[in-house]
Amino acid sequence: MGKTLLQKVWDLHTVRTLPTAQTQLFIGLHLVHEVTSPQAFDALRQRGLKVARTDRTFATVDHIVPTRQRQRPFLDVMAEDMIAALERNCRDFGIPLYDIGDDRQGIVHVIGPELGLTQPGLTIACGDSHTSTHGAFGAVAFGIGTSQVRDVLASQCLAIEPLKVRRIRVTGQLPRGVYAKDVILTIIQRLGVAGGNGYAYEYAGDTIERMSMDERMTICNMSIEGGARVGYVNPDETTFTYLQGRAFIPKGEAFERAKAWWRSIASDTDARYDDDVEIRAAELTPVVTWGVNPGQSIGISGNVPAPVGSGADQQSVSDALAYMGLQAGQPIAGMKIDVAFIGSCTNGRLSDLREAARIVEGNRVAQGVKALVVPGSVSVQRAAEREGLDKTFRDAGFEWRDAGCSMCLGMNPDKLEGNQVCAASSNRNFKGRQGSPTGRTLLMSPAMVAAAAMTGKVIDVRDLFDAVPAGAR
Amino acid sequence: MGAEEIQIIEGLALPMRGEDIDTDRIMPARFLKQITFDGLGDHVFEDDRLAAKRAGGTHPFDEPKHQDAKILLANRNFGSGSSREHAPQGLHRWGIRAVIAESFAEIFSGNSLMIGLACATASPKDVEALMALVERDPNATLKVDLKAGTCEAPGVTIAVAIPAHVREALITGAWDTTGLLLDHYEQVNAVAARLPYLSGFSSPR
Repeated sequence: MGKTLLQKVWDLHTVRTLPTAQTQLFIGLHLVHEVTSPQAFDALRQRGLKVARTDRTFATVDHIVPTRQRQRPFLDVMAEDMIAALERNCRDFGIPLYDIGDDRQGIVHVIGPELGLTQPGLTIACGDSHTSTHGAFGAVAFGIGTSQVRDVLASQCLAIEPLKVRRIRVTGQLPRGVYAKDVILTIIQRLGVAGGNGYAYEYAGDTIERMSMDERMTICNMSIEGGARVGYVNPDETTFTYLQGRAFIPKGEAFERAKAWWRSIASDTDARYDDDVEIRAAELTPVVTWGVNPGQSIGISGNVPAPVGSGADQQSVSDALAYMGLQAGQPIAGMKIDVAFIGSCTNGRLSDLREAARIVEGNRVAQGVKALVVPGSVSVQRAAEREGLDKTFRDAGFEWRDAGCSMCLGMNPDKLEGNQVCAASSNRNFKGRQGSPTGRTLLMSPAMVAAAAMTGKVIDVRDLFDAVPAGAR
Repeated sequence: MGAEEIQIIEGLALPMRGEDIDTDRIMPARFLKQITFDGLGDHVFEDDRLAAKRAGGTHPFDEPKHQDAKILLANRNFGSGSSREHAPQGLHRWGIRAVIAESFAEIFSGNSLMIGLACATASPKDVEALMALVERDPNATLKVDLKAGTCEAPGVTIAVAIPAHVREALITGAWDTTGLLLDHYEQVNAVAARLPYLSGFSSPR
């Protein structure tokens, strides 16, 4: 009987079984950012501990940083204090920091892969739930809280429970205008926001195998929105090609040895799964969320559901409709938007910006819509600027910002106001998520956000393709 | 590591109805901008509480009768979303010592264990029974016994489930894991030595 990647990586990193019956798991890479770490460093100081593996710990700033007016000190005193704390902590404890002004700065889940820190076969932890992103490379990567950040800093280990594995096979050809974002939103809608509780999701099937690393990252990123704290794709030639030549990737013969090892940790063909699900790509359409969690979504041509029956589910639907200001049964297409946001660890990479720019090229943002593009990292920003994407977006009326989490989460100056409706390429449509307690979020692919920005309302991006010069899809 | 041994949590309860209550709601992001957890107890469910007030109602966390509650009652998938420990920290600092829910999001229950906040699950029927009981009689005292796996309330005792490791960690005071993870560090070094990526794949294996 073969093993899954999860089992292999887990076994390889298991130190021992703790008296509590949890596994003591060695963490191969610890990524740190400003928000979830200050209390952890303070705890180390209080206990007189040092960072166990400064060679396996890397920090950057993303959540609280402004995406314009980045000269120090920041206008926001709390942001300044928080970044200053991380700078002090990294200096005191000897951790490399990719700070504001560094070419390597960016959203932690964007820069890890870019630098080649993220590799197949690693266990990766970070004080952020979207750490599942790194699973796209065949790593076992999960989000942790601040006390666990303390544990990993102090010991490079975590006390954790084993996970089951659900394989999700996506098969067939994705229709034109349907993206990785639509695949993962569909998966979450079908399996539920708590469906992945206790599971790691292994994404497999020919659709996934044909996807680029950027697309795989979008899928793995949102595993946690389906309740799975880990999501991964088995490493293959696409993975190796992406990694070759990056800063932290071995070169020459060592790279060949790395590839051989990376191949060996992929799931065996006769591996046993705790559950198996199949999704047919050909059936999928562009997806938009209508509610207040990422599972509350429908296809672009669908109608918002009605609260049927009685009990908890009915209550959830009617509560979401009331918050969103939607009527049961109304089509989602045509809903007016106030803000369009392209960015985040889900969809802030170069290929996302390229795809959105293709829609935007030669068009104008609809009157009254505030539209912004926030590259996921300085590296993405520079690459996009080399291609002239910044000009395309600016000419169309978008704001072109500096790298950070921006409007995904309401911790920096980029926030919704009042009950604005935002078409967002990010990952969460929770109540108040984008910084206004009454703000409303519609999650969708970057191309769909671009289409919404152009027209001022939710629209099927495929309707705009005919006006766009023949592209890839 | 000598953390507090937690076996019995006894006190008043607070019913917090709703499915999939996420950590953004429990602790809105603007309260994550400070570099300590101090004062987070004041901001639990802040936006929900303001919304309830604007609508002319009272949020459960603002009800005078629930101000001394130690046990939170919740429905399905409590604590979903963001990994922010600020959410359980806020609840704990507000005064909550145990949460009984139909189910929990995994990161939330993991974070809760790390700070000695007990998370136990019960069937939807039993959670509903407890909620109804507390809504009828807010002075009802509940007693969660982690060892026995029960929650006693006036006139009713229900079974609550606690994963074995959580129960063990709480009742033996082993939930602060840093010390545990630093014990026998030679075993950690042995694991590190067998991981080829830590040596940059430098030698043939």
